[in-house]
Amino acid sequence: MSRITREEVANLARLARLDLAESELDEYAQQLEIILESVAKVSEVSTKDVKPMSHATGLVNIFREDITKESLKREEILRSAPATEDDRFRVPRILDEE
Amino acid sequence: MSDLTKLSALELSSELTKGSVSAVEVTKAHLDRIESLDKTVQSFLHVDKTGAIKQAEEVDKNRKEKKKVSSLAGVPLALKDVLTQKGVPTTCGSKILEGWIPPYDSTVVKNLKNAGIVILGKTNMDEFAMGSSTENSAYFPTKNPWDLTKIPGGSSGGSSAAVSAFFAPLAIGTDTGGSIRQPAAVTGIVGAKPSYGGVSRFGLVAFASSLDQAGPFARTVLDCAMLHEVMAGHDPLDSTSINQPVPDVVSAAKLQDVKGMKIGIIKELGGKGWQTGVLNRFNESVELLKSMGAQVKEISIPHSLYALATYYLIAPSEASSNLARFDGMRYGLRVDDGNLSAEEVMNKTREKGFGKEVKRRIMIGTYALSSGYYDAYYAQAQKVRALIAQDLTNAFKEVDVLISPTSPTTAWGLGERVNNPMAMYLADLATLPPSLAGIPAMSVPIGLADEDQLPVGLQIVAPFMNDDRMYRVGGAIEASLKSKWNGLLIDQVPALGGGK
Repeated sequence: MSRITREEVANLARLARLDLAESELDEYAQQLEIILESVAKVSEVSTKDVKPMSHATGLVNIFREDITKESLKREEILRSAPATEDDRFRVPRILDEE
Repeated sequence: MSDLTKLSALELSSELTKGSVSAVEVTKAHLDRIESLDKTVQSFLHVDKTGAIKQAEEVDKNRKEKKKVSSLAGVPLALKDVLTQKGVPTTCGSKILEGWIPPYDSTVVKNLKNAGIVILGKTNMDEFAMGSSTENSAYFPTKNPWDLTKIPGGSSGGSSAAVSAFFAPLAIGTDTGGSIRQPAAVTGIVGAKPSYGGVSRFGLVAFASSLDQAGPFARTVLDCAMLHEVMAGHDPLDSTSINQPVPDVVSAAKLQDVKGMKIGIIKELGGKGWQTGVLNRFNESVELLKSMGAQVKEISIPHSLYALATYYLIAPSEASSNLARFDGMRYGLRVDDGNLSAEEVMNKTREKGFGKEVKRRIMIGTYALSSGYYDAYYAQAQKVRALIAQDLTNAFKEVDVLISPTSPTTAWGLGERVNNPMAMYLADLATLPPSLAGIPAMSVPIGLADEDQLPVGLQIVAPFMNDDRMYRVGGAIEASLKSKWNGLLIDQVPALGGGK
């Protein structure tokens, strides 16, 4: 099992959109290594020809009639938003300014 | 009228039906007890006093007008803070959802309301249900009513503490890898995880979608079954919901007979590393079942030894994906000084809003799902999961139910495992195999451990959509122990605050 470095933790945090503090990197590197080493135990099992199991019910596609139904009210949903404008979610800029 | 908070849901139901007490009186008795004693236990994140009394008034009005009401109408309940209830805060024990007021009811809550069950408030939990001690709550830890220096189990520790502290006769929890069964075991009460898909997940804030399942807590097996029956059933709003009748758990809980049943002891769950007092009580239960006419034999679930590794790959993988929705854009916390880009806002919001365990699991999941590691970790775990499920299916060709101790130890001290994630994960050793297979399992109290006088639970596992079988065994064990102890185990819990 490869050792988990600070740099790897920083990369995982970037992928997971977590702005980790410098001080957290070492702590997580140590803990993730212990956890990953332990879960790597799954590799001991021979799984040739075993079909992966994603859930327990065996259900596949569940269809319903495409009927319009009343949904939640706009103002009820926007009430919990961090910021709104003109009956919409207001979000920070997504594109860089030209 | 004696202390209403000491009565079971069944007893309350009978008094309410007779009209010897009103739903408002019952509700107020429980709210009063919470108000005077929950400051020591800290099981509730939010008590909805006004809402609860209003619900109770409605029930009383319906009864007065001779309208048809369900048998549990007017019985109070504590709701884990991971299920939405319209107009009542839902935090999932996280700062990232602080202040969020859901605009809709989860299906579980809708079912409870339809039955006239009075929801007292929302209970504490490990953040996003990740943990086995409730210490991962971003708000405060909950104490075990048996010993206030011990953990109440987790992640549904607020619910288990509320029921064992007599704040409510019923509670709802959720169980992804043991989060109902382990808290029930360490607080000396009954808790059940229904078959996956037996209870709707609509409005249950997702942790690991292929494993999450809501279920009941109560002080008796029959109360637990009655709540199970109310909350379960097919729901078109959850596409993994099973379109079959709810197993007749209530009749099964009343049978009190295991004669001729075939019971298998899971060989791999016990032995070295397990607390002696836990194993002693478990072995006594085995003898008890035999004396009641059950045929007991040992049975091997070889791949259960890999359940921990499998679960701690699959659950974090699903969590890393599910928790991507907390981006600070539509609800909950947003960290923004007005000059940041959307991505910077997400990064800062998630860093500030999530606690350590949640961040750990998100990163483990991100790792297991990333290219280069996917096949070795996530895909391999899914295959081992299939083998565990297969082992259990094979076992049920030979026996009707499987049993094991619910958890390797009794409740441990607050703070003892906080900085050691792997030690915390070990608490789930016995509860994980049924979770991965999606099959029903419950925990019933079987006594106190010799070393520490803390409760021990027996786990009973049944085949998919045969939830009634575990209630049959649980009800029989409970009846037998009740006559031995001259009451329930929970009746031995020390009085809180030197009172009542």
